[in-house]
Amino acid sequence: MAEYQNIFTRVQVTAPVYDGTDIGSDKIYRTGATENYWLGKIGDAQLGPIYLGFTGVLSLICGFIAFEIIGLNMWASVNWDPVQFVRQLFWLALEPPPPEYGLSIPPLHDGGWWLMAGFFLTTSIILWWVRTYNLARKNGMGTHIAWAFAGAIWLYLVLGFIRPILMGSWSEAVPFGIFPHLDWTAAFSIRYGNLFYNPFHMLSIAFLYGSTLLFAMHGATILATSRYGGDREIDQITYRGTASERAGLFWRWTMGFNATMESIHRWGLWFAVLTVITGGIGILLTGTVVDNWYLWAVKHGVAPAYPAIEAMPMQDPLTTGAGQ
Amino acid sequence: MKMMRNLRLPVVGAALATLTLAACEPPPVDTVQRGYRGTGMELVINPDERAESVAANMPPEIIPQIADDDGPRAGDVYQNVEVLGDLSVGQFTRVMASITEWVSPEQGCAYCHEGNNFASEAPYTKRVSRVMIAMTQRANEDWGSNHVAPTGVTCYTCHRGQPVPEYVWAEDPGGPHAKGLARAEQNIAGAESVAYASLPYDPLTPFLSEDYNIRVASDTALPAGNRTSIKQTEWTYGLMMHFSDSLNANCTYCHNSRAFSDWEQSPPARLKAWHAIRMVREMNNSYIDATADYLPDSRKGPLGDPLKVSCKTCHQGAYKPMYGAQMIDQFPSLSKKTGVSVDMHKKGG
Repeated sequence: MAEYQNIFTRVQVTAPVYDGTDIGSDKIYRTGATENYWLGKIGDAQLGPIYLGFTGVLSLICGFIAFEIIGLNMWASVNWDPVQFVRQLFWLALEPPPPEYGLSIPPLHDGGWWLMAGFFLTTSIILWWVRTYNLARKNGMGTHIAWAFAGAIWLYLVLGFIRPILMGSWSEAVPFGIFPHLDWTAAFSIRYGNLFYNPFHMLSIAFLYGSTLLFAMHGATILATSRYGGDREIDQITYRGTASERAGLFWRWTMGFNATMESIHRWGLWFAVLTVITGGIGILLTGTVVDNWYLWAVKHGVAPAYPAIEAMPMQDPLTTGAGQ
Repeated sequence: MKMMRNLRLPVVGAALATLTLAACEPPPVDTVQRGYRGTGMELVINPDERAESVAANMPPEIIPQIADDDGPRAGDVYQNVEVLGDLSVGQFTRVMASITEWVSPEQGCAYCHEGNNFASEAPYTKRVSRVMIAMTQRANEDWGSNHVAPTGVTCYTCHRGQPVPEYVWAEDPGGPHAKGLARAEQNIAGAESVAYASLPYDPLTPFLSEDYNIRVASDTALPAGNRTSIKQTEWTYGLMMHFSDSLNANCTYCHNSRAFSDWEQSPPARLKAWHAIRMVREMNNSYIDATADYLPDSRKGPLGDPLKVSCKTCHQGAYKPMYGAQMIDQFPSLSKKTGVSVDMHKKGG
């Protein structure tokens, strides 16, 4: 009997390469397939066939153009020095245009490249979304994956496109760069009076952490009951086998309630999707509807008051005239 | 054998974890609570690092004051004494000897004076030191209660035995950069000015030389006309990194991080820092810039502006310079302004 008690799959099924369902004339868009032992350690050992299609090819081209624009701009910012490019890579960035350009098209050298990279990256992502939708349809599946992906695209568009337009300035958008986009995030929170007091940010965090919790609970439950066939989850939605009963019993013992073999997947999907939907709403409201989240939270009784540090709390030196 | 196999993964895991964490500071780290419980108002101090910093920030031996105040004034006996001229000759000599130890212990008197003619105005260093003495007197007398008292400032606070203090700055043009591409003025590695962040690498020019607005957050919950951009916020953030790095203190030394802008929740150090920003601006604009005409290029930055003062120039990693060691009481002549023709209100202040 095979065991599934390790974080790696301990059994590999070797079989002739399988082409998958026949989807008719589109077969020319598929690549060949091969097998790989190491891939089999973490998933299915068969690599391919990959179905690229028109949208897939175009998406990769647009993604490549965006990647090149960003990379070459980063490289130019260290005067085309290959050593510095590698050494400073995590610090380098392609910045959006300065605030003075507003929503106009800036010259290429002063933010125009950012706009162009954003255009190609967005095109690439949306084409990839069309692809996930089409592939699911061709395969006779539901389009849940495409809509989950659309949640992430919503957050991406709010950050880089919708909110900058509402604010009237491309400069509000996120730079392309590893550390620079993190600094942008911190600066965003500082500018708008602490994003932790934004209720949609709170929801997003709750769904994010909730997603990881649900994922761990579900994954662990299935692995723990796999010796009774728990990995045949979908079977057990309609036919409750002993694995399903034991898994459910474990969680009822633990917390009185259990999800079902079907509903746990809805929990997982919605927690993950709501992370980015609520996150996007939170970003969208920042600067457009609310300008200081801490003061907003004080106004609505969210932020508690604590005893002052000093017997005589300080006053702003600009308003008290303490400045010289 | 089976047990050995089972042990392999944890052992490899532990080895990897050790390697991953090798760049982190080793524990323990002390935290000092400075606000209401549960609000995270605490200072984080690494005792090993603090011990090293204390050792590196010890005050020097002080030449004792044995001369009395009697006798002729230095300004009457010597020529061209514009500052410190009202001291007795003995006291004047002690201050001069002290300055030599603080600023040019290796080069000696000749660093600022011509060997045969101490009255000569030829050495630029002499003219600079006159302005620096006036700056020190101004700081102690007029910025005392707001920032430097009771520790006070002497030449040693910045110079520490070197003709040019270790931590000075000038406008930063940035590194090599492809022509035709606008500089982002940020996003480079190794920017000491902002503690190696990818933030704007020269936040000192706009805030410690010019007087751009540092405040970014709104004082109303809903939008009411504050158009401060995220990019502008990154400049302020960079300045704060400079403060934090200069004093080796975390954000909560001056702010309650849940509402950075709120004065009523801020520790009192924030008010000291607010005045310090204005003091340093004055030092740079009214005193140091006044020496620009006669400074050689070696005392200027790549863009031709004089080497200037920042928080780190005095603090050098200590929340109080030399951890509050008292020197100024023994040099009363440096703690009050004496007649000198320095245009203190040339710009800013």
